[in-house]
This record gives sequence, C-alpha cells and structure tokens, in this order.
Amino acid sequence: MPEPAVPQGKRVAIEARGIVKEFGQGAGSLRALDNVSVAIRENEFFTLLGPSGCGKTTLLRMIAGFEFPTEGAILLNGEDIAGLPPFKRPINTVFQSYALFPHLTVWENVAFGLQMLGRPKAEIASRVAAMLKLVRMEELAQRRTDQISGGQGQRVALARALAPSPKVLLLDEPLSALDYKLRKEMQIELKRMQHETGITFVFVTHDQEEALTMSDRIAVMSKGRVLQIGAPTDIYDKPADRFVADFIGESNFLPATLLSLSSGVARVKLASGAEIPATVAEGLVPRESVTIVVRPEHARAVREGGQVSGRVENVVYFGTDTHIHVALAGGGTFIVRQQNSRNGVAGFQVGDAAGIEIAADAAQVLRD
Amino acid sequence: MGSAADAARRAESETTRRRWLLSAPALVIIFVAAIGPLFVMLAYSFMTKGDYGDVKPIFSLDGWFSVLLQRDIFDDTLSLADANLIIMWRSLSLSAITTAATLILGFPTAYFIATRPRETREMWVFLVTIPFWTNLLIRTFAMQQVIRNEGILNSLLMWLRVINEPLPIMYTDWAVLFGMVYVYLPLMVLPLYASMEKLDFRLVEAGYDLYAGRLAVLRRVIIPLVKPGIVAGSILVFIPSLGAYVIPRVLGGGKTMMLGNLIELQFGAGRNWPLGAAMSITLMAVVMIALLFYVRNAARAGGGHG
Repeated sequence: MPEPAVPQGKRVAIEARGIVKEFGQGAGSLRALDNVSVAIRENEFFTLLGPSGCGKTTLLRMIAGFEFPTEGAILLNGEDIAGLPPFKRPINTVFQSYALFPHLTVWENVAFGLQMLGRPKAEIASRVAAMLKLVRMEELAQRRTDQISGGQGQRVALARALAPSPKVLLLDEPLSALDYKLRKEMQIELKRMQHETGITFVFVTHDQEEALTMSDRIAVMSKGRVLQIGAPTDIYDKPADRFVADFIGESNFLPATLLSLSSGVARVKLASGAEIPATVAEGLVPRESVTIVVRPEHARAVREGGQVSGRVENVVYFGTDTHIHVALAGGGTFIVRQQNSRNGVAGFQVGDAAGIEIAADAAQVLRD
Repeated sequence: MGSAADAARRAESETTRRRWLLSAPALVIIFVAAIGPLFVMLAYSFMTKGDYGDVKPIFSLDGWFSVLLQRDIFDDTLSLADANLIIMWRSLSLSAITTAATLILGFPTAYFIATRPRETREMWVFLVTIPFWTNLLIRTFAMQQVIRNEGILNSLLMWLRVINEPLPIMYTDWAVLFGMVYVYLPLMVLPLYASMEKLDFRLVEAGYDLYAGRLAVLRRVIIPLVKPGIVAGSILVFIPSLGAYVIPRVLGGGKTMMLGNLIELQFGAGRNWPLGAAMSITLMAVVMIALLFYVRNAARAGGGHG
C-alpha cells in the first residue's frame, strides 16, 4: 500500500483516509473499497483510473456524500466530512448521465445550486451568465434540456456543477457517452476550465489514454484497492505492479533473477543470461526471483546482438509505427514498437532471427 | 392520364369508406351509450314534470329554475334554494378535501412503492388494488363497522383510554370523508406510482448535490417531475367524489347528502325529473369547469411539462 505522498507547498484539498466500504452484511457482504487512502491537492486534476467494478465510482460517491464509508474518514481541508449529507458539502458532481433537470431550462439548471444556497438574484444572474460563457452555451440559455445535444448537455452539466464555486469538482466518467472527436475536444476544454477556475478536479475514468492526457496525478485502482498513485509519466514509465503495467499501455514481462541492489537500481539476470540494470520502486524490497517490465517503445529489434533473442512471429503496421512480435528463445513473446521513418519500416520479415536491445534505464522491477 | 388519377382517387375513397365501416360499431356504442343519454337528459331538463314521475313533453324552465332558486308557496317571492346550495357546497368541499387527503396519503405510499426493488414493486401494486375486488357497497358497510359508535375505531380508542365516550362519527361529514378517502385512495396511488416509477432518481441525487435539502428536493425536483401523476390522480379522485352516491348514502345518512343523493331524490321520491336532469347537467358542468381550471393551472405551473 503506497502512502499518499504530499509534497510541500501544495495543500491537500480532499483526502480519503483508510476508507473501507462494505455492501451488505455478514457472509454475503461485498468489500467495494479496501483500506483506500488518497490525498488530492488543491487545484489538482486528479484521476481515479481502473476497470469497471474497481471501486472508483464508489469512492467518488463517497466524496460527494451519496455513500458513507464503513470505516475511515473523508477530510475536506483537514475536517472530517464523512457524516455530512451531500447538500452540506461544498463539492459538486458532473454525473455520468449528466442528470440535468428535464423540467427546467438550461439557465434554470445552472442557477439551481445558487438558488438553493439562497444567493441574491443579481448575483445568480451574473454568475449563471459567466458560467454559460465559460462553457460557451450563452445562446441556448432558454432551451429545454431535451432540446440540446449530448455534447451540449455535457457543457450544461459542467456549468451547473461549477456555478456554486465548489471546493472540489467530481466528474464521473463524464465523457464516456460522447463520440471520439467530441471526447477529444472536451478533454482539452476540461483542462482549460480547470485552469480558469482553479478548482480541484477529481475525475473518474476507465480510459487510460484519457487519464494520461488530462491528469496531474493518477490513482490506479483494482478490486477496491489503490495500486499506484503518481504523475502520468511515473505511472507509465515506472508501473509498480503487473496490473498497472498491463492496464496502462502495452508491456513486456520478463522473468529475471536479482543479482544485486544499490540505491534503487538492481542488477538482474534474464533467462537468456544477459545482465541488465532495472529500477526498483521506492519502498519495494524485491525477492530473488522477480519480474521485470519493459515498454515496447523502450526496446529495439536488431539483426545481431541484443539482450534477448528469438524469431519474428508477426509484423503489424500502424502508420506512425510498427509492432514487431518476437517469439523468444526461452518462451514468451516480446513486442517491440518501432517508429516508422521515411526510409520505410524496420525491414523485418516473419521468420527472421532478431535480437532485442533493451534501452539502458527501461527495465523496471515489479512488485508481485 | 386522367384515368390513373381517377383510379387512385376511387381507391382512396374506398379505403376511407372501409375505415368508417370498421369503426362504425364503436361509434354506435359511443353514441348510444354515452352521448345519447346526455341528450335525453338535456331534453328532459326543459320539460314539465309528470304527476307520478316521468315528464310531460311541454317546454318549461322550471327544472333549471329550481336548481338554484325557490318560489315561496304563499307570496311567490323568489329566494335562493338554500338546501340545494348547501348540498352543492358540501359536495364541492368534501370532494376537494378528499382529493387533498388522498394526495397527502397517496404520495408517500407511491414513493415507497417506487423506491422498492424492482421485483417487489409489482407485489405492492397488487396489494393496493385488492380493495377493488370487493363491491363498493360492501366496502362502505365495512367502513361503517369501523367508525360506528360501537365500532373498531371507537372501541380501540376507548380501550387505549384516549377517549371516555365513543366519538359520534357516523352520519357526519367526517364519516363521508373517511369513506371517500378510503375508497378513492387507490385511484390516487396508481397514477402517482406510474409517474414515480419513471422518475430518474439520479435527478434526486443531483438535487442533493446542488445544496437542495430534503424538502427542497421534494418541492423543486420530485413534485414537478411527477406532476402528470398528481394531475391524473386528482382528476380520478375528484370526479367520482363529486358524484358520490353510495358512500354519503350509507355513511352520511339523510343529514349529509351530496349532489348524487340530491339528484337521486329528484328521480325517486321527489318525482321531479326535469329538476334531476338539470342538476345532473349542472354537476357535469361543475366538473368540467373545475377540470379546465385545474389542468390549465397545472400546465402553467409545470412550464408546459404537466
């Protein structure tokens, strides 16, 4: 369990501490969250990433106040809010289905939260106008919510959640209903809005690409546990365990034997006999037999040499790059991704003998 | 050239004729069973009353005249027919209170059913409809057993020492009200449930998320969204309440008559069919005006979503 590291300078906006959530009671109970701790900083774009059923939405609903933890605390600016109902938390949600009020206009939807807070009419009018401007929906203010498109509904849902200036904005897979192009647009829009408003965003998604492009930090979750928390580059380049490496991007896993370990770098011996350096995550004490992970673009297929070798099994052309699948001599397949240049593809044919050259600091020792 | 167009036109008129023929049985039934009697009533209301019930086909406005006015038998001065007005007012107010009471009782009931797991909802709806299996008259007599002086309610309250003497409920407006609320409650619950079942409870969550407390969510989110059910249920309860006959007859006795009883009196003991007919049409007009008023109001308040 990695402890949520809180660097100096940035204050924690919201923190989940030792959260356990059980649905049902006794033998049939289901543990949706198992001792989850996350500390989300002010003005951060934080993503909870994981496959469906991993507990990410339960955690989000708990921060919003729709679920209550069986154990643990939810702290907002250091105060425990786990017992507060949703309408007493300065936290707003953009729901997966948007959940816009069908009996109200776009304008009335955005004004709802401010009206409930009892703000003066003039303030509501100016705030709603500003929010509609932010999401570029000024012209459709008087439309009914069934007269706008999915993408527009998304914008209204955002404006509605941002209007009361929450301390934290929760987003529950808000882009999953949009088509690819609109989704890409909204990803950029969301980043822009987060910058303009300075509000902490907690984003839930199962889409690893979305998480990597948008987040300041990501918490990867599986089966009710947080497996790794870190910046997108940390998560991608230094996956802490097999699940993270597998879930995010493509990975090659190689069995290896640990030879020595000094200041976070291990020397490991591969099955082929080659010895390479491999990074070890902080706090991890590797056993003698380990698994190392290498990203496909951190290795090169060569005619001669390389740390491991085998025979080309498949060559898949992707336009910008080519994937070369090499069946290793000791068993298993190693995928190499090579960028295509003007001079054509790497030039390997199925059946060719190939060596694989692993870049100097590409290998990472996994936690088992 | 022309022949093709002619043929097409002929075929079209043929289809139209066939459609009319197909719907003819339904139209005949609607006319004979629903619209026809209304015309008979309208005609009777303008005739002279017969000596032994029945009507004489002589034009007269006496029936309509007597709905609201009465002529003094000694000096021929006109005055308002107080008795009729009191009964009309009692009908209107009791029906309005019945509608309000069934709404207040039915709303939480429907909400409860709509928030049960999907598998058990049908069972609850089924339970709500059970009273329909028994004849209205029998149910009303059963109610009498509950509220009469030696009835279950009074015995229970006395046993609990809440009261020392039985509450005289029978033959009061209260008895009629109890009876009507009991009988018409399912007619409110069912349309309300139909509306609430369609309610997206994520919208309720969205309301809570946007700082609306429980009461505000009810007022600003749930009620506007289930308004069609509220309107339908109110109509279904208000109309039969206004014309209720059996319930005031059994529970209200002769003291607390309602319009239905007054009309029956004219056709029976009163032997004044034109007045009965005029009253029936008055009742219908009152219902229609009340409905128009209500539906228009509801539509306005619901922003066109009612």
